[in-house]
Amino acid sequence: MTASTAPLLPDGIVVVVKRECETCQMVVPVLRELSEAIELHVYTQDDPDFPDAPAAVSDSDLAVSWFHNIETVPTVIRVANGVETNRTAGWMRSAWEELTGVEDLGADLPPMRPGCGSMSVDPDLVDGLRARFGGSTLSSRRIEVAAAEDEFEMMFARGWTDGLPVVPPTDARVMAMLEGTGRAPSDIVTVVPPNLDEITVEKVAIAAVMAGCKPEYLPWVLTAVEAACNDEFNMHGVLATTMPVSPVIVCSGPGTRAIGMNSGGNALGQGNRANLTIGRALQLVVRNFGGGRPGEVDRATHGHPGKVSFCFAEADDTSPYGSLAVEHGIEPEVDALTVFAGEGPQGFVDQLSREPESLASSMAARLQAIQHPKLVMMFDAIVVMGPEHARVFAAAGWDRNRILTEVNSHLNRPGTDLVRGAHGITEGVPEAFGEAESLPKFRPGGLMLAYAGGGAGLFSQIIAGWVNGDKGSKPVTRAVQY
Amino acid sequence: MTTILDPTSGRKVVERERLARPASLVGLTVGLLDISKPRGDVFLDRIEQRLTGIGANVKRYIKPTFAKLAPVDLRHQIATECQVVIEALAD
Repeated sequence: MTASTAPLLPDGIVVVVKRECETCQMVVPVLRELSEAIELHVYTQDDPDFPDAPAAVSDSDLAVSWFHNIETVPTVIRVANGVETNRTAGWMRSAWEELTGVEDLGADLPPMRPGCGSMSVDPDLVDGLRARFGGSTLSSRRIEVAAAEDEFEMMFARGWTDGLPVVPPTDARVMAMLEGTGRAPSDIVTVVPPNLDEITVEKVAIAAVMAGCKPEYLPWVLTAVEAACNDEFNMHGVLATTMPVSPVIVCSGPGTRAIGMNSGGNALGQGNRANLTIGRALQLVVRNFGGGRPGEVDRATHGHPGKVSFCFAEADDTSPYGSLAVEHGIEPEVDALTVFAGEGPQGFVDQLSREPESLASSMAARLQAIQHPKLVMMFDAIVVMGPEHARVFAAAGWDRNRILTEVNSHLNRPGTDLVRGAHGITEGVPEAFGEAESLPKFRPGGLMLAYAGGGAGLFSQIIAGWVNGDKGSKPVTRAVQY
Repeated sequence: MTTILDPTSGRKVVERERLARPASLVGLTVGLLDISKPRGDVFLDRIEQRLTGIGANVKRYIKPTFAKLAPVDLRHQIATECQVVIEALAD
């Protein structure tokens, strides 16, 4: 039996039980007493032969339990004219007697004993029950996978994956995912390039399921999608460019720890579900909903592995200089993320500098080379500083502004050094800049700091950006909307 | 049997028929759209020479940045002023 509407309860006394529950087993003699005295109907959730007497009606599909909100077994319900008039849960002699009107029930039993959880609220079952009975509010087209067809292979065949398997977005999984947000499934989140259709919370949830997210990650995914798909970040250009860039998601705030994101050792690497799947969900939104696929609108010459997913948390709780989100105007302790059009991380090794002046100069030398040593002001960068490098600056009392100011001070070079043809290298800044006395590597605000990484290693990582500003992409920071 | 939800936008693409290819460019107005990539102008300068040499009229246009879509006003202007358009897509 599969009910789509609430099954009516018969008049009299209804009791819902399951064999697995010791309290239910304990009250079987009481049920026998009641069956002799009044109109009794027993529903059993697990074993249809429990109890053997009085005989029970099977509620194996849990329809009765679901629709009548059974949270505990045993639950006793009085029904008159098809309508519930009273109920009690667990075993309490006085309550059972009052509800049934039968005296001296279970004389050998203790006066009360709590019941057990109903199978209809079992966390492993509830998502499926909600999908089956809950009256789906989802509007996406349903696609049936034939019994002989492998759903994973089917999704590969339809081009819905990034090259790795995706989780089949069933009704049950998508509805469970939507529990992660207070937003309605039909809410419009943004417009996704390149096809420029309005995406709903439901469609983002589908991508989140496919990526392998847990429901508690969904607000981060929704925020990332909204932050990336707008003219400021320019997801269309980031997708279509021949350069190897994609949205890098830098997360911060107590929520990153609540959902188990990694900001420590291997923060930019593999092994953490939240880091990997939040970034992947954004990519799947662009691929499947936006229609942005490699070889089509995505014209990347090489791409980079982070185009599958590039998302990490900052250790903002231990950072000596706050978080990137705070640098961009978000209040401390607020969950937030920044999307940045970035390449794969590039290493910066300096194991000898113990003075901040040396480390700043050293870092600047490394940064001058991003994209090309002679190309300046076109590309932003995020330095993800490891704790051992950050400690050198912190010990000297340098805050974020001081670090950035000092590093940038080593990144000014005369136009003659950078102009096309200088040093026998054709690449460089246009001739018009050749006379400039000094050209900075980064535009104002173009060099950013984040803080993440393991406790050992005098290293940092540099994430080089794409064409910046109005002509390309700006980093976009948003507080997470729950 | 598993039932899954469609992750795509479900959009139905409207297919438009292409205009017939002109037999000749003589007397037609050809738009040259520079997308602002380095040296795209070098390519288009040469194309302009060749086109005017065979009797076509040439109009030049520039996208503000190669990194974003051409603004709708620019697309409309090209569509109303030209019969043919050539885009210098990359460097």
